[in-house]
Amino acid sequence: MPTFVYMTMCDGCGKCVELCPSDIMHIDPVNRRAYNVEPDMCWECYTCVKYCPEHAIDVRGYADFAPLGHGVTVLREPEKGAVSWKIKYRDGRIKEFTFPIRTTKWGSIKSPRDYPAPREDLIHTQLLSHEPEYLKVEKLPTLPLLSKEASRVKN
Amino acid sequence: MISLSYRRTGSVKHVDCDILIVGGGFAGCGAAYEAGYWGRDLRIVIAEKANIERSGAVAHGLSAINCYMGMRWNENMPEDFVRYARNDLMGLVREDLLFDIARHVDATVHMFEEWGLPIMYNKETGHYQREGRWQIMIHGESYKPIIAEAAKKSVDEVYNRVMITHLLTDMQNPRRIAGAVGLDVRDGTFYVFRARAVIVCAGGASHIYRPRSVGEGAGRTWYPPWNNGSAYALLMQVGADMIQMENRIVVTRFKDGYGPVGAWFLMLKSVATNAYGEEYEKTHIDDLRAYVGTKYADAKPMPTCLRNHLMLEEIKAGKGPIYIHTERSLDTPEKEELGWEDFLDMTIGQAVLWASQNIDPKTDPSELSMSEPYVMGSHAVCAGAWVSGPEDLAPADYVWGYNRMTTVEGLFGAGDTVGGSPHKFSSGSFTEGRLAAKAAVKYLKDHPDYRPQINTAKIEALREELYRPLENYEVGKHVIVKGSVSPFFITPKQGLQRLEKIMDEYCGGVGSYYTTNEKLLEKGLSLLLMLKEDLRNVGSEDLHQLQRAWELNHRVWVAEAVIRHTLYRKETRWPGYYYRADYPHVDETNWHVFVNSRYNPSTDQWEMSTRHVHHIVP
Repeated sequence: MPTFVYMTMCDGCGKCVELCPSDIMHIDPVNRRAYNVEPDMCWECYTCVKYCPEHAIDVRGYADFAPLGHGVTVLREPEKGAVSWKIKYRDGRIKEFTFPIRTTKWGSIKSPRDYPAPREDLIHTQLLSHEPEYLKVEKLPTLPLLSKEASRVKN
Repeated sequence: MISLSYRRTGSVKHVDCDILIVGGGFAGCGAAYEAGYWGRDLRIVIAEKANIERSGAVAHGLSAINCYMGMRWNENMPEDFVRYARNDLMGLVREDLLFDIARHVDATVHMFEEWGLPIMYNKETGHYQREGRWQIMIHGESYKPIIAEAAKKSVDEVYNRVMITHLLTDMQNPRRIAGAVGLDVRDGTFYVFRARAVIVCAGGASHIYRPRSVGEGAGRTWYPPWNNGSAYALLMQVGADMIQMENRIVVTRFKDGYGPVGAWFLMLKSVATNAYGEEYEKTHIDDLRAYVGTKYADAKPMPTCLRNHLMLEEIKAGKGPIYIHTERSLDTPEKEELGWEDFLDMTIGQAVLWASQNIDPKTDPSELSMSEPYVMGSHAVCAGAWVSGPEDLAPADYVWGYNRMTTVEGLFGAGDTVGGSPHKFSSGSFTEGRLAAKAAVKYLKDHPDYRPQINTAKIEALREELYRPLENYEVGKHVIVKGSVSPFFITPKQGLQRLEKIMDEYCGGVGSYYTTNEKLLEKGLSLLLMLKEDLRNVGSEDLHQLQRAWELNHRVWVAEAVIRHTLYRKETRWPGYYYRADYPHVDETNWHVFVNSRYNPSTDQWEMSTRHVHHIVP
């Protein structure tokens, strides 16, 4: 049922509730643990799986078309800048992959408000912040303006 | 009088700001960054119905950036991009908006790389690794959290879990924006934003049409299930002009998992065949030339809708399944890893499907299929608002104020919201957010004395309306013993299923091979208008269902625009996206124009017209 939560592993911290883009991870008032309240609105985006501090959340493919016995598990390690996947086939074959996720320290991005304020007149130009420098070409391209005549076409 | 629990106890929060950004996906994050840069003394806030760490269409990540020119390496210039997108949309695009995105998008991508997004390099050329002409490869699992980090640092406040349900116009001038109202989906607080400018960066819409998988798999739509068309509904309700709402998209993807095909076709050079091994695109090319003319049939690359059309012909001829031959491409461990990362970064459900069905892409082909239609504006499709263009290059009738401003003063759009500018994808949507935000800051500097005035009676009426589904349920549930069958209310899910059935059967969904006609559309519209009336009777048992009720409301508005636009355009402009059986051909003489709609809030009438398509790039 897309995501599901293991009863003995979840401690009800609510991280999945905080992050789920579809608002379908909720805390069950009786068990005080998280569960997927609307599996047919789950995209299998794995956000809850990746961020769960207890690794209590897993995915079972959509019953419409996914035969049982498979597994796609993930370990996301932000401080190491890596995400690792383990794929288990229905017939038992295993594949493993690790990919980088970030090249800089988390939290290191500079606020646009920490740069010197732009000159007053630049608001009237077509340049965006850090341009033309960040374009890495000499100047911002433009086109000859279509003549007023040509553009006054009756619809 | 029955006790109206939420209205009595629910708290109200007022927020005063200069710029309200609605939606914190890629366009919203771009708007946040640029607004923060130019508007140093302005109060800027984001309202996001989920959590911007992982919200919008890039929530789970991406494996490629699909819009990058490479101007510094002379790979492409903006005019090349305009020609490409124009061909892909069968001629109907806003070339000024496309050029504008293309000339700025490289700077956006360079900024992403500096922030820490891992971009792959081609060791031979020293350039970014291309997937195709416009696409570059990334390790993009954390694409959204990285961009969200920048956005959070750019604004004064991010209101997570606040869904905007309605925009507000000024009491003195109904053609000017004054703010928005919304719902905190966690504690039920009613939010009233008073804003001097609003930038709508919300999403397009899935679940307008019945999805192919209708059980649990209904969640595995190609476009995320949480994107409910607020990009359009919010604007239409306050009378903004919309274009291309008939231009929905159908995508050819890995069957059921909806894994993307870009890396496979473009980079790994996989081929698609019918069940008998024939490369059907080649065998049907002459029929296609006869059908749409050589101008479009021979366009390079072939327009997305026409590639769909060829596949559909093959399916109708009973020659399925259609296969993509991944097994012929994955001849090295590097390519195998690349193929897997493509899905694990951005469509994990496809990897789950492979594991569950014992499909190893190294040895087995995979099935392809065509999705149900979606309404959005940043992929190979461009529904959205009619906006003012960039002053230095837009034709005169495309400019009336500020870049990316809609026909409602002070109301800006970016990303899926803006019509006529397809192929923006993640980087282009972020770029468009930047453009809209800089223009919004300029607008505010030009109108320093404007103080929005909001009608308090109107606010109270909206508040009542917003919580009505909870009251409908409270009252209705006591009449029945138990269960979901009530003569007094329908649940949001029941309403959604009725919407999907109407659109599928009357407005060209998969059930009819995307085909409709005037009679079907008229019948569909009459049923849809009854559903719209029934929205007053939606019953929600909790706040989660209240959010679903308002998502349904926005979806119904989007669907109405889709039907009205499809009715108005008397031709088949995009075969493979949809067919008007009563006007089955591309009609260049009469319909090389945009269809424009405006819902008039004061008369409750829709006004339909056409607008000229200017070709400013030769």
